[in-house]
Amino acid sequence: MTARDALFELRDLRKYFPVKRGLVFDRTVAQIKAVDGVSFTIRSGEAFGLVGESGCGKSTIGRCLLKLEEPTGGQILFEDADIATFDGRQTQAFRRHVQAVFQDPFSSLNPRMTVEEIVGEPLLVHGIEPDRVGRLQRVRELLSVCGLPARLVDRYPHEMSGGQRQRVGIARALALRPDFIVCDEAVSALDVSIQAQIVRLLEDLREQFGLTYLFIGHDLSVVRHICQRVAVMYLGRIVEIADCDTLFDDARHPYTRALLASVPVPDPEIERRREHQVIQGEIPSPMNPPSGCAFHPRCPLADETCRVAVPALQAVGDDHYAACPKVGEASPDPAWVAGVTGMNAMRPSTAQDEDQSSCHHDFPSS
Amino acid sequence: MSSLLEIEGLSVEFRMTDGVIRAVNDVSFDVQRGEVVAVVGESGSGKSITALAVLQLVPQPPGRITAGAVRFDGQDLLRLDEDGIRGFRGRRIGMVFQEPMTSLNPVLSIGRQIMEAMQTHLGLAAAEARARAIELLQAVGIAEPERRLQQYPHHLSGGMRQRVMIATALSCKPDLIIADEPTTALDVTIQAQILHLMQGLCRQLGVALVIITHNLGVVARYADRVNVMYGGRIVEQGPAAEIYRTPSHPYTIGLLNSVPRLDRPRSAPLDPIPGNPPDPLAPPSGCSFRPRCRLAAPHCAEAVPPLRTVTAAHRSACFELQRLRELVPA
Repeated sequence: MTARDALFELRDLRKYFPVKRGLVFDRTVAQIKAVDGVSFTIRSGEAFGLVGESGCGKSTIGRCLLKLEEPTGGQILFEDADIATFDGRQTQAFRRHVQAVFQDPFSSLNPRMTVEEIVGEPLLVHGIEPDRVGRLQRVRELLSVCGLPARLVDRYPHEMSGGQRQRVGIARALALRPDFIVCDEAVSALDVSIQAQIVRLLEDLREQFGLTYLFIGHDLSVVRHICQRVAVMYLGRIVEIADCDTLFDDARHPYTRALLASVPVPDPEIERRREHQVIQGEIPSPMNPPSGCAFHPRCPLADETCRVAVPALQAVGDDHYAACPKVGEASPDPAWVAGVTGMNAMRPSTAQDEDQSSCHHDFPSS
Repeated sequence: MSSLLEIEGLSVEFRMTDGVIRAVNDVSFDVQRGEVVAVVGESGSGKSITALAVLQLVPQPPGRITAGAVRFDGQDLLRLDEDGIRGFRGRRIGMVFQEPMTSLNPVLSIGRQIMEAMQTHLGLAAAEARARAIELLQAVGIAEPERRLQQYPHHLSGGMRQRVMIATALSCKPDLIIADEPTTALDVTIQAQILHLMQGLCRQLGVALVIITHNLGVVARYADRVNVMYGGRIVEQGPAAEIYRTPSHPYTIGLLNSVPRLDRPRSAPLDPIPGNPPDPLAPPSGCSFRPRCRLAAPHCAEAVPPLRTVTAAHRSACFELQRLRELVPA
């Protein structure tokens, strides 16, 4: 899976968190395998999506890439250099290239700092704009790039709306002119109409500055919209990885299909035709994951072999990998598939052609 | 037959230190027996306050219901005193809230919480209430119900807790359940399970359901009729199929165009609504969507547009409906 233009390459990344018991002699009694053998490549200039439900390890991977967590095993290569071997100066240089935008701008922005201080801080810390006048000028530019009026420089986070706060968080991430930004649930906490604004902003910025994103999210529609490639995670492992068009049109892993089937689409006509196959069971505890394929207790296709062996990712198409021994077999129960694939085919056939134009309720651009 | 629930001209305001927030303004809608009605809107649109007001759960002060009537089976709930309304809460109207960890009491066992409503409202003896609680837990898909009754909320996962909430809401065989963002805090696959379960049980028992949500997909999958709220008012209401086929308010159209969708090509552009939701302390004059609306005309600032009929049961509150139809043909 190596590519010439790889910005980041993860090789068998593992991150285990110890579970400790005891008040005086805290003993490690178990390990949570938050990330358990994950390999993928993030290509320069792309938006790479990481989706999965809580506890699947997607945020931990983001934190490892930011060098905020020390991996338990495996390697992370940034422009072919192992980030674990970086010394202090190299790490500082690395951090200029790699920035983050988090979910809740209210808790990731210091409530006692003004916008000027928040956005200007990286410039100060890295000694790029030691002079306050120059820094203020740069902060104003960054705000304007992120669609905020320059007069907000004196505001505190609580004086702004959620959308504005997220824009400030993005302006701060851009301050050091990074190559790479981890967007960890960056639009999840926002209202629908504001979410679309921030998605658009992130897309524009990527184009304008040639940024690379790791976009971590649980909203499949948003990830599909922003990303070029996407990996689906379940309990610390990647279960499927492909480019977005392939993954969403031709999902192979039963878990990916279950996720897609769970997302209701805003069209009652389609929803009425869709088979609502609800996947049973809960997400197991990462402290005590099931044997073999972690998804087997919930999987409609699971058999004895799935309980024993951990399935490896195998190629199922062009640049498309899935970790399921069943993907090669005869297609599963039709009812199971019907809820998932070919949603466009389920529209009334007469409307199919005009679909695009009639259903996007277009206003002429003002 | 008359409506099960009929909300008429409901207005709720909050007196804060820096001004008055009119959270709900002249809201009217009805719910028929056994149907699923959605109230959609973003934060601050007044959708949750509307639901709380139905059961007189708006904290007073600072809140105050300033006008309107909430008729449930013909009786105005707003005229009832505390004792009177208690006969409806949890008895004839069940509630399911967003975060089950905060709506379940952490120091009481699951069993005690499910049984409490039945013992209070139906006067059941403990043994009988326990037997019903076990049946309810089975119905909501909780394995080993006898053991679960002894457990406490923190022993359960988020999805399980929400199942317990649903069991509790159904325990007294209500006529109506109001679910306020029942699955927003849950993972995608669990969200689908819970909504599917609620829909199934409500159908089976003939319980009407009011779902309050911001998720347009959830509305499309489950609702028969929809009320779209913005700035404390209903801006559009009607049958779900019609609202999605011919949305007739600029806000509804903006909302539908601003969500990325799995049923559209990946390259379909997002068309966000510009600007921010109104400041609740200083809402714009006239139509509160006006500052973000591409069709806004001078008279939109002068008066609040009333809901007007689009087709039979479909109504929209927009002065520029005719221009909207020319630009976005039905």
